[in-house]
Formats: sequence, structure tokens, C-alpha cells
Amino acid sequence: MSKDILIAARDLSVHFPLRGFVFGERPVVRACEGINLEIERGSFFGLVGESGSGKTTLGRAMLKAAPISHGEVVYSDHEVTYDLGTLKGPELKDYRKRSQLIFQDPYAALSPRMTVRDIIAEPLEVMGLTSSREETDAKVREIAAKCRLNLEHLRRFPHAFSGGQRQRISIARALVSDPRFIVADESVAALDVSIQADVLNLLNSIQQESGITFLFISHDLSVIAHTCDFVAVMYLGQIVESAPTRKLFSETSHPYTKALLSAIPSLDPDDQHVAQKLEGEIPSPINPPPGCRFNTRCPHAQERCRTEVPEWREMSSGHHVACHFSEELA
Amino acid sequence: MTSPLISVKNLTLRFKTDEGMVTAVNDVSFDIAPGEVLGLVGESGSGKSVTAKALMMLNAENSVYDDNSRITLRTDEREIDVLSLKRPKDQMIIRGGAISMIFQEPMASFAPAISIGDQMIEQLMIHSDMTPAQAKEVSIEMLNRVGIPEPAHRFKQYAFEFSGGMRQRAMIAMALSTKPRLLIADEPTTALDVTIQAQVIELMKDLVDEFHMSILFITHDLGVIAQTADRVAVMYLGNLVETGTVRQVINTPAHPYTRGLLNSLPKLDDLEAQLTPVPGDIPSPLDRPSGCVFHTRCVETAGIAEQCRTQIPGYTSDSSNHQVACHLATQGDQS
Repeated sequence: MSKDILIAARDLSVHFPLRGFVFGERPVVRACEGINLEIERGSFFGLVGESGSGKTTLGRAMLKAAPISHGEVVYSDHEVTYDLGTLKGPELKDYRKRSQLIFQDPYAALSPRMTVRDIIAEPLEVMGLTSSREETDAKVREIAAKCRLNLEHLRRFPHAFSGGQRQRISIARALVSDPRFIVADESVAALDVSIQADVLNLLNSIQQESGITFLFISHDLSVIAHTCDFVAVMYLGQIVESAPTRKLFSETSHPYTKALLSAIPSLDPDDQHVAQKLEGEIPSPINPPPGCRFNTRCPHAQERCRTEVPEWREMSSGHHVACHFSEELA
Repeated sequence: MTSPLISVKNLTLRFKTDEGMVTAVNDVSFDIAPGEVLGLVGESGSGKSVTAKALMMLNAENSVYDDNSRITLRTDEREIDVLSLKRPKDQMIIRGGAISMIFQEPMASFAPAISIGDQMIEQLMIHSDMTPAQAKEVSIEMLNRVGIPEPAHRFKQYAFEFSGGMRQRAMIAMALSTKPRLLIADEPTTALDVTIQAQVIELMKDLVDEFHMSILFITHDLGVIAQTADRVAVMYLGNLVETGTVRQVINTPAHPYTRGLLNSLPKLDDLEAQLTPVPGDIPSPLDRPSGCVFHTRCVETAGIAEQCRTQIPGYTSDSSNHQVACHLATQGDQS
């Protein structure tokens, strides 16, 4: 049986040329480079990485909100197939309905001058999905109830709400156009832990009820581990490892994933494990190191890592890794 | 037992605002022993930063301290009643002298147009009688100690030329160069990536041993607390709800709020575990609930809901000084 892939990136690169350099070659920020990614329909796909790893850019490229410099992104549900690189006009509009984005900061994402009802209804009106005000209102109420928003609150303005409630409003707005694919970019990072769990549970229940495919971007591996079925780990614009969640944690293969896992402080005060120390910091994406991009910080780096770019290979079913020595290190 | 380095007794702090008096900290008491790391945990709006700033009298002009509030700092020579220091000249003894503070956002804590080195020299000149040349030497030595490569070169640079992790290291170097007795670290690793956070935590642990100072470590991250603190104090809406050793609080939490926090945390060693959120939202400090401040979100009030709504719970303590403010705990003692 072949996999049912909703959206796939093949050898995708996103480059941003820097402005203001007159002489010589214009420097380019290589935000994403040679990304291969397949997201199955109905999955909760996690993308984890540190700041500057390019995870947001990748998420945006999959929504056609960042320029695709090289390679392709193909979206395909059972009704349409779009190649995002060349998508425009009415087809692009149609794709905007099918894909949505939930932002990190619920304080910045909602217009302070619109009521909650108008915020949630706006996508319906802009895209012309409903024909009458009654229909719009009914739809807004249905979605608000789904996101556990109090219907009494629809007439209020966003400032009256706490962070958790605002994030539920953002989620309602994303859901209202009946999308098939949602990118949730650090959607719980700005929330307190006691509220964060509530939003995660809500996203999970929406996913299970409606079968929407999620790309969940986060810097927090423990949040990803709890919500996602599948995880990809990014470092400096490249995916270094991807696998079903359980496999990633039980058969961690890439040294960067290992370091990331061991850096998470344990809740057990008697846990004496010393975080596997990564020296230094993430290099600049303008001038990434040659060979394996992780070689400047990798504790196992050898000569070959500094010259030869590691191949993206399949270790076992569904478990990919880009490291020359993952077998020896496992 | 040695006497504590700093003791806070019945600290109550209100802010005068347009909407009325806001109680930010309500009757908070705790001690920090010399060489001890006290973790102060709580969500946003719980009053943890305000409590920490009170130790240095750094709260804004519109803050009003209750008459019963006492903060006593014991140095080798004498006891200082912190809240009675009114003149800026006297406050210098604590600010940057006996107590130093590092902040969450290191970019915002350095002056952007003065080099890191000049800022380090400035505070050494204020708090000691070093010559500028000596101050420079000490500063470069400190930068070296916190693991900044090429310290003599970095010394001349500005904050924007440092990365996030480097800035936090420089901040720590600056805070420690005056050899304070107490370091207040307000969410020092929150803005950092986990791999950098691990480096900074390890550095701070080493420095506590080396300088034998106390740390008040403020964070919302229980994992960071578990790995750094000796004792933990949990705050909710301006109240201290539980204090105890890190093992007591994390392994056998006594307050329903602490239990709620731990249950809502995703844990890596048990991926199947359901995440249980604490229901509802933190109430506004303008509208503090009566009785126990946590009763609006508590799931364990069954049977004694009336008591929780109307009576403020007192502190109960077991034999090992694990304190909790909850009616359930009082009941347990009686039965």
C-alpha cells in the first residue's frame, strides 16, 4: 500500500538574498537547503529545532508564504493537486482555503479593533465561503463551540481575554474555512504550562475529529513528543533526522537529536545525567560550514564530516537520518 | 544551623494604578541560607519577579510596601533592613553590591551604545575602590571565567555583537564581578535555546560552588528548577502556596496547584501520559478570589468547597519543614 501523502517537499531550498551589497557577490541567507519531507494525510507532524534553524521558513514555504528558490512542494488532496512553486491566480486562492496558519503570539495575531465574531468570520467573508450573514453567524458559532469558546464572548474584543482564550480564538479563525492542512507555528510557546496543556489537548481533539493534517512547529521536544505522531529535527536549514515519534526517541541516531534530548532538564532532582554538552552556538546561515552543517559542534566530527555532505538515507522503515556515522554511533 | 543570608517576612506589596490598588505580593515569607539556591516557581502574573525586585527595592514608584513587611539581609558585619533604605546612596549597598541580578532578556539589560567592557568597569568603580586598570583586569578575568573566548577582544565590543548565549554569559560575568552574596536570576535561561540553556545552567552551578553565594532562581520551568535548586517556593497570584526541598516539592507535591503544574507538563519518559491542564485561567490581580486564591481553579475542593471559598488557608508544616497553604493539608493533620 502506498502512503497517502498530503504535502511533500522535494529538495526544497529557500534563499533570501541580502540587500545593500553593491560590490562582489550578494550574500544569501540559506534558510532552508535541500529539504525532503513527506507529510501523510491526517497526521500530526512535528518540526523541532532551535531558533535560526529555519523551521518557520519551512512552514511558510509549505503555505506558499516564502519564496521557493529550488526544488518543489506538492500539495495533493483527493480533489486537487498543486505544485506550490508555480501556483497563482484562482488556484492560489483555492489553496489559501485549504491551508491555514496559527501563529505563536496570540496577543499580536488578533486585531484589537475587531470583535471576536468578526475575527473568526473574516476568512469566510474574504473568501466568499458563505452567502448570507445568517450563514456566517451559524458557522462562526459552530466553530467557536468546537474550540470551547463561550458564545457570549463573541461580541467582545480580544483585550478582554487571557492568552489561552486568545489562542483558542486564533485556532477558531484558522478552522473556519474548513482547511485540510494547518501549520501551527510555536502555537503554545507563549502560554503558561497550565494553559499550554489545554491548547495541546484541543489541537489533538480537533485533529482526531476532523482529520486535518497538522504541521506543528516547536522548539520544545517534550511538547512535540506528546502531541505528534511523526517528528522531523531541523538544524541550520536542513532536516537532520525524521522518524515516527516513538522510533525517534527509542532509536535516536543523529548526534544533534541526541544532544537536544539530553539538554532537556529532567524533572527528577536525583537524575544525575549530565547534559551532553554542545560546544558553541549555531553558525550563521549566510555562510554555513561545508560538509555536514553540524560538524562545528558535533562531538563525533571527523575529517569526512568537514568535506562531504552526508546523504539523506533511510535507516529503517520511515526513519531517515543525515549523518555519515549514525550506524557506528547508534 | 547558620542564620539565613536574607529573610523576607510578611512581604505585602501593592501597586497604585488607575484601576485601584493591585496586590502583587501577599504576605510572603521565606529565607535563603548562605550558599543555597532557592527556586521561585510560578506562572506569569504570579508575582515572582516583583518579589525578587523587592529585595533590591527595584519596584516602580507606584509600589506600596505594607508596614509589616520586613526584608533583612545579613552580611558578615551587620544586619541591613532593606526596606528602610530610602536614599539612593544607601541602596547602593544592596544594588549591585551585596545583591546582583541577571535578567531574562540580556539584550535589554545592556546599554546598547556603551561597550560591554565600559559597563563592567563602571559598576566595579562604584562598588569597590579599584583603579580603572584593575577594574579592567578583573572584568576581563571574569569574562574569561564564564567561558567567553578572546575576552580581551570581546571586552571592547557592544551588546549587539554578542549572541544570545554570549550576552547571558557576559551578564553573569558582570553580576558576579562585584562578588555579591546573593544573585537574583530572573528567568535567565528562558530566552535561550535548550542546548545553550544547558551550558548556562552548568556554568551557574559551577559558580555557586566557586563563589559560595546564594541564588534566588526565578523560572516557570520545573525541569530547570529540579536540576538547579536546593529548595523550591511555589507562587500563585502573589501568594506562596508551597515551600520545601526540591525533592519534597517535585516528588511529593502537597498543594493542588503544584500537582496541577506537574500534571500539565509533558514528560519525556512517559509519552502516553495524558496532559491534564489546570482548568480555567489565572484570575486578574484586581479581582483576587476570596478565601484560598486558588479555589477558582482547584479540582480538589470536594467536600470543603465552602471553607476554600471563605477562609484563607494558613501554612502547615511537616517535621521536615515542607510548608503548604491548603485547607486539605490542615484536614489531613486533624484526622
